[in-house]
Amino acid sequence: MENIHDFYTKMEDGNILLSFKGEVTSDLLTSILQIMESKMETLAEPPIIKKKVYNILVECLQNLYHHLENDDLATPMNEKSALFMIKKQDDEYSIMTGNYIMNENVSPMKNRLDTINSMDSLQLKTYYKEVLNNGEMSTKGGGGLGMIDIARKSGKKLEYRFDKVDSKISFFSLNVRVAQKTKEEKENV
Amino acid sequence: MEIIILEGTPKTPTVEFKPLEGYLLLRGRSIPENSIEFYKPLIEGLEAYNQNPQPVTNVDIQLEYFNTSSSKCVLDVLKKLEVINGNSKVTINWYYEEDDEDMLEAGEDYQAIINVPFKMVEVEE
Repeated sequence: MENIHDFYTKMEDGNILLSFKGEVTSDLLTSILQIMESKMETLAEPPIIKKKVYNILVECLQNLYHHLENDDLATPMNEKSALFMIKKQDDEYSIMTGNYIMNENVSPMKNRLDTINSMDSLQLKTYYKEVLNNGEMSTKGGGGLGMIDIARKSGKKLEYRFDKVDSKISFFSLNVRVAQKTKEEKENV
Repeated sequence: MEIIILEGTPKTPTVEFKPLEGYLLLRGRSIPENSIEFYKPLIEGLEAYNQNPQPVTNVDIQLEYFNTSSSKCVLDVLKKLEVINGNSKVTINWYYEEDDEDMLEAGEDYQAIINVPFKMVEVEE
């Protein structure tokens, strides 16, 4: 039998508040958001942190949802499923997601993330407005705003990696850390 | 002209559109996976309203959370109001909770794009 205690210890040591692996449905998102909201309520997080984490969580989860809905990942493995974890360590929240992605989409995705990471908060604001106002409304709705918004709200660089699985697909990992800075601290930087 | 009254859900906002009173309210959360579908009736309602608007149109936008998919739709709503502003005196009240700088900033982003008077209204948590 698998050592379940190992799994548990790994998650406990990794300060994982919540994790899920499987198919991401609309109902699942509703439940996860409710769970996280009451969890942050219990942890008595300041409203500003609660809102930031919640907002970023919504975008990350909906990115997964739309990605799995739209991408044709018809390979033998169970690629319709994704992974996400929410971690809290030393007062910093991290939202981690993992999903399969077609190899041809890796480099456009990497370029987008690098572009976003090269920008400071003012540049991100301008970029967001530009995409909001001029960007085509995709059937997904967001039209590419999601990652920009995540970067803006998190106040940190997006951490990511791609691991090639085979000639068709790769695994995309994203780690979004949520800055704990208060308004005053930000102004003093 | 049709009144639109929608109760809020965990993922969609309360909507009150009362054409005869020249009033529109959006309040609560707007985080549906498919926001285009949700906002379509309101956008169509605003288009119809522009045929014969009230002299004054008041808009309250009091969102607690909205996702990027909704942000495009909110912009579409505001763009309709910009057009209506030619035929009616439109005022948009953008509410944000004290300390919610992200929501204030979101209002300012719209303000920079839309040529309609915006009032930023801070409310207590």
